Amino acid sequence: MNTRIVELRQGILKKNDELARALRQRFTAAGVLVLNLVSSPGTGKTTFLERTLRTLRESGDRVAALVGDLETDNDARRLAASGAPARQINTHGICHLEAEMVGRHLDGWDLSALDYLFIENVGNLVCPSSYDLGERIRVALLSVTEGEDKPLKYPTLFNSADAAVITKIDLAGPCGFDRAAALHHLNEIRPGIRVFETSAKTGVGMADWLDYLKAERQGRSAG
Amino acid sequence: MHELSIASSIVDSVTESLAAYPGARVVEVRLRLGALAAVIEDSLQFCYGIATEGTPLAGSRLRVHVQPVVVHCARCGHLGALPGVQSFRCPSCGEPAHDVRQGRELEIEAIELEEPEIQA
Repeated sequence: MNTRIVELRQGILKKNDELARALRQRFTAAGVLVLNLVSSPGTGKTTFLERTLRTLRESGDRVAALVGDLETDNDARRLAASGAPARQINTHGICHLEAEMVGRHLDGWDLSALDYLFIENVGNLVCPSSYDLGERIRVALLSVTEGEDKPLKYPTLFNSADAAVITKIDLAGPCGFDRAAALHHLNEIRPGIRVFETSAKTGVGMADWLDYLKAERQGRSAG
Repeated sequence: MHELSIASSIVDSVTESLAAYPGARVVEVRLRLGALAAVIEDSLQFCYGIATEGTPLAGSRLRVHVQPVVVHCARCGHLGALPGVQSFRCPSCGEPAHDVRQGRELEIEAIELEEPEIQA
């Protein structure tokens, strides 16, 4: 027998990366700003997104959402109540969304008729970090009930995020949330990250977040 | 948690490459795994055993080379490896550094094959 070493230098997630690249090109050509929302289960992604969709629609923006869960279409129904088109992606056991699933669920949507597309990932702080969905902005969410050290525990995800949203800020007092520690940890893992401190219930901080979205979208059109 | 799908992707990629080497047996698969790749080596090894069963990779070894995170410092220009993933600061001057140049790899570096002797 002869031994042979074959150099491959091949990305393991090459297929996903290629599909994500194609999606990104499609999104750019259509002029839609695409965001990928990632957090642990229970952070309040859906509630935050409901308010975001509703407010954007009120100001005349055209929005849509895809939402990933292992099972049930509960979240898509909640999001659709805002009046925005919303579709559920059921992964049936897979702990993250992949570019292929996103691509498959865009059928029949006219992307050029949208200003924003939000993709709510499966609640998980580990696996979604490896899978590019073609988004332009990855948003990591963290609630005040989870503990200030989440960024230190899940550095891969927080390091890959473009922006962070602290949710349920109205509960910060009762939870004894240490705001300075949370901001410090976020900046240790992702220096310079934009942070929004919000409550989808009271509306606190939502205006800053929406201004950020609009600025990002305008930057996109200008660019 | 997604180590099984990673292991299956490795099997698919390597099986594809094997088409060029008929009769070869896979002895070892070498991976480059960044410290930020979010993959646990122990789980990956476990899943690799399962994913390779009944495939041309059955019985092969998986060797993992972990790559440290390397950042580039915008202030002093230093390019250096971080001691861990708990603080993204320039290892030379201490300035926060978010320009990650290495550490997200999830890549098959090479495969080691055993090929039958070619009879003259």
